[in-house]
Amino acid sequence: MSEMRRVTAICNGTVVDHIPAGKALQVMQMLRVDIGRSNPISLVMNVPSGKAGRKDVLKIEDRELTQEELDRLALIAPNASVAIIRNYSVAEKRQIELGSELVNIARCSFWNCITQNSREPLPHKLRVISADPLDLRCSYCGRSQSIEELAESIL
Amino acid sequence: MSDLITMDDLSNDEILEILDSAERLVPVAKGDVYAPLLQGKVLGNLFFENSTRTRMSFESAMKRLGGEVVNLSSVGSSVAKGETLYDTMQMVDGYSDIAVIRHPRQGAAQYSADAIGIPVLNAGDGAGNHPTQTMLDLFTIRESHGTIDGLNVVLVGDLRYGRTTHSLSHALVRFGAKLTLVSPDSLRMPDEIVSDLKSHGSEVVETEDMAGSIAEADVIYMTRIQKERFPDEDEYTKVAGIYKMTADDLAGAKGGMIVMHPLPRVDEIDPSVDSTKHAKYFEQAFNGVPTRMALLCRSLGVEVPKEVGQ
Repeated sequence: MSEMRRVTAICNGTVVDHIPAGKALQVMQMLRVDIGRSNPISLVMNVPSGKAGRKDVLKIEDRELTQEELDRLALIAPNASVAIIRNYSVAEKRQIELGSELVNIARCSFWNCITQNSREPLPHKLRVISADPLDLRCSYCGRSQSIEELAESIL
Repeated sequence: MSDLITMDDLSNDEILEILDSAERLVPVAKGDVYAPLLQGKVLGNLFFENSTRTRMSFESAMKRLGGEVVNLSSVGSSVAKGETLYDTMQMVDGYSDIAVIRHPRQGAAQYSADAIGIPVLNAGDGAGNHPTQTMLDLFTIRESHGTIDGLNVVLVGDLRYGRTTHSLSHALVRFGAKLTLVSPDSLRMPDEIVSDLKSHGSEVVETEDMAGSIAEADVIYMTRIQKERFPDEDEYTKVAGIYKMTADDLAGAKGGMIVMHPLPRVDEIDPSVDSTKHAKYFEQAFNGVPTRMALLCRSLGVEVPKEVGQ
């Protein structure tokens, strides 16, 4: 629990723990909590962790992330643990779930995919071929997706 | 009612059934027998990219079976005015019973199938898939070898952007083919496809050497280096004309070996090959008609009778 000494406990909000070391900024980007909001966010990176050696932790105050928002994390932090905090206690624990298809979470990164035309109205869909190692393919063009590139294509 | 977007949409048994139907439809394709199996049906032929054989053979197939064809080419249509594919497809859904689509963007066929209710046949999506070509290729192979099982097939040329080789190789490994993939390094088959091919347990060899692959081959499938698919013209210039097959190259080939090509060719097969017993590419082009007849019937839920024209 050494990271708990680095930032204070939050009263209400969401704690995302066991993020792979160094990925917290990407997680913020994927959760869209990095821009246009005024609620306090605490972030610690590369703290010692019994499970993974090193980990990142994110504490977002005054905002309870929905399951749909959390499932976006399956792309880069599938084993993160999530706690919803109310009045300084854990009110709910949530699991991140990787379904069989990610709908409107990220845009296919292939330059010549039909979905690159932003006016095309059908949803962006990525099929999960394998969860570990993570292999995602666009449901339209069939291209394998680079997970690093996908983080840049979050919708 | 069913779509055909990639070869994964067909089981091995379905592939063989379609080839059987196509065989029965050959006299109709030649115009010797009239069998109006698709009378009253309308095909929407949507070519957002140039085509000669595919568009004409679909049109011929539909008309020989008594159906009608409406054509769209992107030049001069609402597509040129910036209409989305989704909107174009809504219109086609209203005007026809089945749609055939070729599009420069990969994934356009699946996208179209998701957008509308009528069956959609993929006639080529960017560098993606071309399954109706694969069906006529399999038809041609079976016509010559009597089987599509366990053959030694050599694919030559642009394996990176060549959608015909992507679909064909997927189908062949399901029938236990040994594949030799011959290409320059910059035009290698994409890794994800090679990995899929190997996952079927077939032997897949990658090489740049065409000459050394001829003696053992049952089928040599030549392809054009496609200038229009290169993002960079310098890259094209480096590999243009890299493989040129002549009749002399085939001296050591097996007697029954066939040379195929989806056409058009540029200089990868010398005209001296045309008069050899190995050349099958012009028959292959004709086979597009009976094969596409069988595919149209299947997608429209029309059974091809055991005795066609009786």
